[in-house]
Amino acid sequence: MSQTTAPILSILTFFPLAACLILPFIKNEKTIRFFTLTVGIVEILLALPLFRFDLTQPGYQFVEKLNWIPQWGLTYYLGMDGISLLMVLLTILLLPLCVMCSWTYISKRIKEFHFSLLMMTSACIGVFVSLDLVLFYIFWEAMLVPMFLLIAVWGGPERRYASVKFFLYTLAGSTMLLVAIIALYKAGGTFSIPDLTAQTFPFRFQFWVFLAMALAFAIKVPMFPFHTWLPAAHVEAPTAGSVLLASILLKMGAYGFLRFCLPITPDASVYFAPMMIAISVTSILYGGFVALGQKDMKKLIAYSSVAHMGFVTLGIFLFTIKGFEGALMVMLNHGITTGALFMLVGAIYERSHSREITKNMGLGKYLPAYMFFFGLFALSSLGFPGTNSFVGEMLVLIGVFKSSPWLGAVVIPGVMMGTAYMLRLGQKLAWGEPTQAKSWHDLNLREWGYLVPLAILVFYIGLAPGLTLKAIDPTLNRVLERFTDKSKQTVVAVVTPTQKSNVVGLSSLPR
Amino acid sequence: MKFDDISLLLPELVQILIILGLFVQTLMKSETGATTDIGVRWVPWAAAVGIIVSAYSLKTSGSLFWDAYQMDGLSQFFKMAVALGFTIATLNAVNTPTVKNEQRTDYFLFFALSSLGLMLLASSVELITIYISLEIASYSLYAIIPLRGNDPRAAEAGIKYILFGAAATAIALFGLSYILASQNTTYLHILATKSWSWSAAPMAVVGLTLFMVGFFFKLALFPFHFWCPDVYDGTSNETAAFAATLPKLGAVVILIRLVALLKPEIEIVSIMAVLSAASMTFGNLAALAQKDVKRILGYSSVAHAGYVLVGLVAASAAGLSAAGFYSLIYLLMNLTCFWVICSLSRDGKNLLLDDLNGLYQRAPYLAFILAVGAFALVGLPPTAGFIGKLFLLTAAWNRGYNWLIIIAALNTAISIYYYLNIVRHAYTHEAEENIQFEEPRRYSSIWGGVLAASLLVLGVMPEPVFRWMEAAARQIIP
Repeated sequence: MSQTTAPILSILTFFPLAACLILPFIKNEKTIRFFTLTVGIVEILLALPLFRFDLTQPGYQFVEKLNWIPQWGLTYYLGMDGISLLMVLLTILLLPLCVMCSWTYISKRIKEFHFSLLMMTSACIGVFVSLDLVLFYIFWEAMLVPMFLLIAVWGGPERRYASVKFFLYTLAGSTMLLVAIIALYKAGGTFSIPDLTAQTFPFRFQFWVFLAMALAFAIKVPMFPFHTWLPAAHVEAPTAGSVLLASILLKMGAYGFLRFCLPITPDASVYFAPMMIAISVTSILYGGFVALGQKDMKKLIAYSSVAHMGFVTLGIFLFTIKGFEGALMVMLNHGITTGALFMLVGAIYERSHSREITKNMGLGKYLPAYMFFFGLFALSSLGFPGTNSFVGEMLVLIGVFKSSPWLGAVVIPGVMMGTAYMLRLGQKLAWGEPTQAKSWHDLNLREWGYLVPLAILVFYIGLAPGLTLKAIDPTLNRVLERFTDKSKQTVVAVVTPTQKSNVVGLSSLPR
Repeated sequence: MKFDDISLLLPELVQILIILGLFVQTLMKSETGATTDIGVRWVPWAAAVGIIVSAYSLKTSGSLFWDAYQMDGLSQFFKMAVALGFTIATLNAVNTPTVKNEQRTDYFLFFALSSLGLMLLASSVELITIYISLEIASYSLYAIIPLRGNDPRAAEAGIKYILFGAAATAIALFGLSYILASQNTTYLHILATKSWSWSAAPMAVVGLTLFMVGFFFKLALFPFHFWCPDVYDGTSNETAAFAATLPKLGAVVILIRLVALLKPEIEIVSIMAVLSAASMTFGNLAALAQKDVKRILGYSSVAHAGYVLVGLVAASAAGLSAAGFYSLIYLLMNLTCFWVICSLSRDGKNLLLDDLNGLYQRAPYLAFILAVGAFALVGLPPTAGFIGKLFLLTAAWNRGYNWLIIIAALNTAISIYYYLNIVRHAYTHEAEENIQFEEPRRYSSIWGGVLAASLLVLGVMPEPVFRWMEAAARQIIP
């Protein structure tokens, strides 16, 4: 499992942070943008050794472990499995794209802006590769400050309200996560995630720990009653902020469920699954309904995020391999698609200085290339076959129907609403009565530059999801296996090895 | 006391030399009132020598004066912390605008005397010695709190501090008499062998509780906090920076020694747990409504007194070391915030939140330093505030007061609002156009940067410092 070569994960995590330190010494604004872009591209190159990732291995790879504060059992412990691989790659890919989409959008305090972007990237990668709970928590919280600044400094007119709301919500949630971490340490004797996963805790303990952790993750996802910070934050955030928020931050909540709640507190997860499923379905339906009524493009996409993330949590709490795969695919695809949609909204905002749908109509005739991309990502967002989101949503739906057709019947309207609000948006943008679109120029080279990679991914994952699924399957199987192992230990007490093979595999879906 | 024993007292000796130097300098004032040319600029450097000397004598152990005065890990650690705080506080106050030039040497003399008192406090292991050291530390503060030009609020603050302080020390002395009466000794190491439960020695429990009040007052723990925001508000910024940080070290070191007498399940600890919860909740809620930055810090220190007590409530080596470590961090992060306040307020006025508007444009480095200080006070990673809090909460978990941990964690969420407000004003509000600002001095950005950097470094690598504190705590509670 462990590698003796260069500490690739540490390099990936701390390279953007190190680049931050050079930033204050650059005077010229344009140089700053080029510098950050270069950092982003170098980061992608640095990530190339990740291709040595062994797809058949379910365990953690590229593991790094150092003593940090031995008195308290704290270790500097990094590692990567299939789940974190995809998330890390997504984060790394988005850094240069975010720089490019902010090239003209951000015109004040350039230095601080790129500083925040780089810090964000470091913290996000850190979150996905930490295998020590405290290290995880540090990255988890370290991300708040740059995100807060992104919204509060470069945001829209209501940016102060939105940024404080974002900070308060997420911090309030994570305080209980800290208590849960401390409780786990005292009960399990270690902060190391793999070691804690291997232990079995009494149900009463799991009950409280699950609740404490779920609160933090549910706020981050965000799930229905805790979602109100999201539309505010999205609407006010600058494009890059929205992209990072939608594509990476929201995924951390779902990642937390997969990484912590399920493996460490399996019995409590089963116990609370009906509640979590109910909340997820509510999120799907509620997000869809509210998105239908929005006039602001960003708000619409924000509420659609609530609905999409509902699919993720729904998939997770079905406890089937299809559900897990679906959840992870939706996570990844939502990151790609919604990120791209926010970039597109940002691009049109630079032309019209408005995010109102009515102010941006009739683009089909005057900005065909823009409309092509918008249509593509809108179709992807509603889960059109052949695009990436279809794979994820389909897998979740298969999982749902397998476990309960009635539940499936409740979710289906959510999918249909997704079609309704996205088509309505797309139709108005493309064929609505043009108000001021005549004088606008179509996409320039830079805008093509950041949209094309995402568009390629839309088709690649949509048409050939095999490689992606291959990367996550072993890990997800391990989660499921351990999970069923553990939850049966307390319920049935015996698990035969043959049972494991029943849940493996994805034979029914064409790859 | 043999002459060799003098080597046990090196940190105190350096401090006494500084005091003597300042004393001689005050006598040398010319008729016109102008001080000698060197002024007080040499004091921070001399104090820095004090840090080195106390770091050198970290491993000193021994006892003097019929065992009333003991050098152990704990005392040496805190002496170094006091020397560090004294250095920063004097460096901060070198150009204080509210104290006249000819008064500066006296002003620093009182700083130095108070610090000496705190150093003595760190080594006192006998109740009457503790009491006397406490008085040495307090009296010099009583004298400098009202020193702020002709500001009547400073006089008010001074009177408040003296009255509250006198009442608190009187109560402490009264408690001391009860302890002496029921346990028949004032030596801590003998007291440690006695029982402190209500059923066995009710009078001693009452006495110890009252004795602790004197230190709760210094720590500004609810309900002994009333002086705190008013004194910070009234006194000059530089004095507030001193009064807000160093005396707390003294209070924490004595509380650590007293708590070492106790076991977690007995009554006094329960009282402390309740006070801790009340203090952090009250402090944070009250701070939400403040507009003056120093008042915010005042209430925040009420809340932090509650946090430190969490470690004491744990009453284990881990808990005590966490409390000691946190008090050092607290010193640093509060001094960082006060440093920025003092650097910005060139005329010595109080800063309102609105005065911070647009700070990122006027003084980007100071804005960053302030942000680091504020986020450290919240306990946000990767600052030292987080790691200190993590140690505190971890140490206290499963010691019978889990509800306290949950309250402490929830309090973080309350407190974020007002700390964030500070950062928000500094970073997102634009300054009003017509206001002229003075450029901050260059050295204030540099030294402030050092402070902020120390917070970040301690947050990532607390181990070397923490190791000392842990060893010290293990000497007291094995």
